[in-house]
Amino acid sequence: MSPILGARGGLAASAYGFTSSVAAGDYQSISTVTVGSGGAASVTFSSIPGTYKHLQIRGIMRSSRATFGNGGSNYQFNGDTGNNYSWHSINGDGSSATARNATTTYRIATNSNAESGASANTFGTIVFDILDYANTNKYKTTRALAGVDINGTVAGYGGIIELVSGNWRSTSAITSITIAADNPNYVQYTSFALYGIK
Amino acid sequence: MATTYEPIATTTLASTAATYTFSSIPATYTDLVMVATLSSSGTTYSGIRFNGDTASNYSLTDIYGTGTGAVSSRQANITGGGSGDTSGTGTVLIYQINNYSNTTTYKTTISRNGSPSTNAVASACLWRSTAAINSVTIYTGTADSWAVGSTFTLYGIKAA
Repeated sequence: MSPILGARGGLAASAYGFTSSVAAGDYQSISTVTVGSGGAASVTFSSIPGTYKHLQIRGIMRSSRATFGNGGSNYQFNGDTGNNYSWHSINGDGSSATARNATTTYRIATNSNAESGASANTFGTIVFDILDYANTNKYKTTRALAGVDINGTVAGYGGIIELVSGNWRSTSAITSITIAADNPNYVQYTSFALYGIK
Repeated sequence: MATTYEPIATTTLASTAATYTFSSIPATYTDLVMVATLSSSGTTYSGIRFNGDTASNYSLTDIYGTGTGAVSSRQANITGGGSGDTSGTGTVLIYQINNYSNTTTYKTTISRNGSPSTNAVASACLWRSTAAINSVTIYTGTADSWAVGSTFTLYGIKAA
């Protein structure tokens, strides 16, 4: 769904072996939230217009849990904190490749924040896609690529790279997105930007 | 509505090369996306460096599937980030470089690489520098080169 599959310098998408086409201006910035010096347990994008086809969140994250090198971010929609989510992931932690999942849960979980055990200035990063977010006839599916590296290990924890799929069992159009640090706050300079794709 | 996702530069190799550099990258975007389509007759392991830094300021964590299993590895204090084996014909390599121009944080990239003849790789790389990124170098990391027709394109994404 990335617009990079569309137009590029006058070349049609088919020149890259893709069949979709995205015109200039079809990928638009909606809002950006950057955490200030006091930190924040979560950030929320609200009043998201239903005028796009897909949404994409791009971010850098660091959370304040001591000791550990990496930690989680939880995604919820429309303020729904019920057990209406599920997710699967495959991830590499530098030692092994593993798969995780949760069903009937309250979040879509990712695990790529840098945490306080990592060197100062180290942040994780994510690209989180929400497909067909305004459709009122089907549940919502997400996917993400996220990762963090901390140049070795801290307390036995190193970096992580993960691919995550998620599902929110609601036919409601998504009008707000809340991203919460699992443990316990995002620190200053954590930033998430929301984009709409037509 | 202003364009927020636009090409900065692109090239198609007219001769074989073992390295390609995007230089003089403007700081006017929020994120960068580097897309390469690569072919080689030998073995290439594509790496990435920023601002010409060849010191041991990089590290990575990756996961890759070889067709018979999935494994993960970690490297610390290395001289370039990496995205794994890009050998063969028709490899697609995409790097996401978020918040590349801020001067407060180290830079973390995430990448995916699909090599039809070898493996699929995802990688997180850390560059321990708070400098704004103004050049991106992709290099093979082996004695082999990329073939004529390989492409490198850099995009900029601008947040509100």
